[in-house]
Amino acid sequence: MTAPTAPLVAIAGLSKTYATGFRALMEVDLEIRRGEILALLGPNGAGKTTLISIICGIVTPSTGSVTVDGHDIITDYRITRSMIGLVPQELTTDAFETVWDTVSFSRGLFGRAPNPAHIEKVLKDLSLWDKKDNRIKELSGGMKRRVMIAKALSHEPTVLFLDEPTAGVDVSLRKNMWDLVRALRASGVTIILTTHYIEEAEAIADRIGIINKGRIVLVEATADLVQKLGKKQLILDLQHPLGSVPAALSAHRLELSADGAQLTYTYDAAMESTGIAALLRDLGEAGIHFRDLKTEQSSLEDIFVTLVKEPA
Amino acid sequence: MNFHAVKAIYRFEMARTWRTLFQSVVSPVISTSLYFVVFGSAIGSRIPQIEGVGYGSFIVPGLIMLSLLTQSVSNASFGIFFPKFTGTIYELLSAPLSFVEITLGYVGAAATKSILLGLIILATASLFVPLHIAHPFWMLAVLVLTAVTFSLFGFIIGVWADNFEKLQVIPLLVITPLVFLGGSFYSVSMLPPFWQTVSLANPVLYLVSGFRWSFYELADVSIAVSAAMIAGFLCACLAAVWWIFKTGYHVKN
Repeated sequence: MTAPTAPLVAIAGLSKTYATGFRALMEVDLEIRRGEILALLGPNGAGKTTLISIICGIVTPSTGSVTVDGHDIITDYRITRSMIGLVPQELTTDAFETVWDTVSFSRGLFGRAPNPAHIEKVLKDLSLWDKKDNRIKELSGGMKRRVMIAKALSHEPTVLFLDEPTAGVDVSLRKNMWDLVRALRASGVTIILTTHYIEEAEAIADRIGIINKGRIVLVEATADLVQKLGKKQLILDLQHPLGSVPAALSAHRLELSADGAQLTYTYDAAMESTGIAALLRDLGEAGIHFRDLKTEQSSLEDIFVTLVKEPA
Repeated sequence: MNFHAVKAIYRFEMARTWRTLFQSVVSPVISTSLYFVVFGSAIGSRIPQIEGVGYGSFIVPGLIMLSLLTQSVSNASFGIFFPKFTGTIYELLSAPLSFVEITLGYVGAAATKSILLGLIILATASLFVPLHIAHPFWMLAVLVLTAVTFSLFGFIIGVWADNFEKLQVIPLLVITPLVFLGGSFYSVSMLPPFWQTVSLANPVLYLVSGFRWSFYELADVSIAVSAAMIAGFLCACLAAVWWIFKTGYHVKN
């Protein structure tokens, strides 16, 4: 056991080059804290799944090291793997087994003695209890996804990896999934999920790691990331459309919409002086009146696009 | 050692056996019965005794070997191929297991199934022809060792195969001919001298010979040589499995 403040998962200098020569990961360093929800955000082929697969033992790393609760994933693989639950991206389940059997099988595979009470709790938490005697092939896609989560939770893991848990899942199920992830975290499970839905990361993650072309671009607390990189916009709906931005207001770098009815002012919310007061005063002096105003914070999506487009 | 995992895999595989009861157990019993009707009764009635044993009785060990070998290979190869095919192998790879547990679970279940099958065929045969087992201990020993060895062999094929065609090709093109040419239905001494020598290169000959010896004390080669060949093949398969998991061959990248 390591100190409770030490990272639960510590990744150092991790690289993976596949036999084809493809470099999926390059010198990745990452620390995952106890009890957090960390979202790994990145475009397709960024290395998210490779990273998870290495930690879980499915892919052999080329160089670098990973420890889980202080145990090396290669030399102490029995300890680390028994602490980890994995829900892979693809819906890969057995077909002819019952839900109960497949979840019990997973528990055994991870070295735990049978515990029907725990399996019952997991199935009830995932709303699968009434399906426990159904064969998996009879279930819908959303239910199969939950069966895979049940399998990953069957051995009471301390870390849960969810590889794109909501890919191809409808909106209401996605919300259910988020609630489930939060409930799991509340029960003490550390969760790492990958996604390319930015609103998902924003909605549930404590911290966000952005990964692109095999490198971790940044890791930040979700709120900090949004605030630090987020630009805010003030949008004014004008009473009378303008043909162009008056010269008196040029210092404010305003944008006029195509129909001339809307003015947009972009500013940095983190700055001490946002310039809004001066802008509103100048507008009044120029005789421009507005019906309504609103502010918008740029979403993680914008931040993400900016980051991954930067030259590596 | 993760015994819960061995148990989980074993139970999973045995559940598959009971679920596919017809395919796994009933069909080999039916085909064996057909062999008896054709070779034992129809043709066999016109064949003289071989070294004092009726032809119908003579072929029983060979018939059991035929099913034991083909079923061991097909059960074990399918058992490990299927998770690779469906993708559920991720769970095996991410579980706290070494190759020892995986092999014990899959090969143990496949071998159990084959042994049960062999005993069922033996019981079926006893309904058709008089049977005499001179060395029950050796009969069981050869049965178990052969089932384990060929289940290991099937397991290797299942790991190697990356499509259904490859899964079928070895049992169909290698195992079945070797069993038929390995003296299942005749004594090698019935062959011309040249083919007798060629037959000695067939590993299955040693299995059938040893197995038949345990019944009737009739053997093409000495029981010691048979035992050595089975042991050698078992070791070769174990080494291959060890190598597969050590290198991650066809399982992990």
